[in-house]
Amino acid sequence: MAIVRIRSLLAVTMLTGIYSLVVAVLFVLMDAPDVALTEAAVGAGLMVILMLGTIALTTREERPHRMRHNLMALLVVAVTGAALIYATLDMPRFGDPEAPAHVHLSPRFTQESPEEIGIPNMVTSVLASYRGIDTLGEAVVVFAAAVGVLLVLGSGAVRGRKTSGRSRGEGGDQAP
Amino acid sequence: MNRYIVLRVISSLMIPIILIYAFYIQFHGEYSPGGGFQAGIVFTAAFVVYTLLYGLEAAQRAIPPEAAHALSAIGVLLFAAFGFATMLLGGNFLEYKVLLPNDQAGETFGIIGIELGVGITVAAVGLTLFYSFAGRRTGE
Repeated sequence: MAIVRIRSLLAVTMLTGIYSLVVAVLFVLMDAPDVALTEAAVGAGLMVILMLGTIALTTREERPHRMRHNLMALLVVAVTGAALIYATLDMPRFGDPEAPAHVHLSPRFTQESPEEIGIPNMVTSVLASYRGIDTLGEAVVVFAAAVGVLLVLGSGAVRGRKTSGRSRGEGGDQAP
Repeated sequence: MNRYIVLRVISSLMIPIILIYAFYIQFHGEYSPGGGFQAGIVFTAAFVVYTLLYGLEAAQRAIPPEAAHALSAIGVLLFAAFGFATMLLGGNFLEYKVLLPNDQAGETFGIIGIELGVGITVAAVGLTLFYSFAGRRTGE
């Protein structure tokens, strides 16, 4: 909540980083160290640095704007939220062994991947082998993010060549 | 940054450890959590710390931006090359089995290869993003 209310962008950036760190701890608690590593490094580390860089380029304070209360927007948000919460009621409990995700593919992965792939870390074998094309797509997305930022911000040469001066704001997109 | 001697000393101790940890995540990914993506990000984080201490010029002497741009493409191409190599050897796209005579060894070889590609891409992209944000000055 504070992230939405605070005007000082520096504080917002710090809060976002802390939030990422907390989420990373949550992931560790739920036995997903891979995701936790990523979240901690990207969310709490790199993203904060990039946002700090943006703040250094632009401004520290958000411009104050008039608060307008939009009832229609509130209604839409409330209905969507209610629908989402209603949908979660249908989901299996956390860690339920009877959940659809655990009866169809998981047994095959957990039982056969050590013989099929020959490496003990199943997360890696699923990511890199069974879903190799998916991972290739992710790599291309990451690359596209870099291309987008380069196009918007220009190359990273130190106060080097003249870039097409206009662009100041956020880069095209962030690394996922 | 020369004034902050504690920061300097601690960080110069930490940076090699962070880098080694990045390589550990990269090449130990088959046995422990982690993989190319995480390794690349951690590698970038080490460079960010280095830049905060010694300045952008020093970091860009180590890995020039042009190299980072090229490497981010090379990583993706390495990944795709494994896919096409398996096709040339008669398998499906990214079907690593055909790479080596032994199925398991082939799979492992392929996974290590593509993880390396992912790691290179992510590290280079992270550096590219960081360079482009840090390399700009307000009064351009």
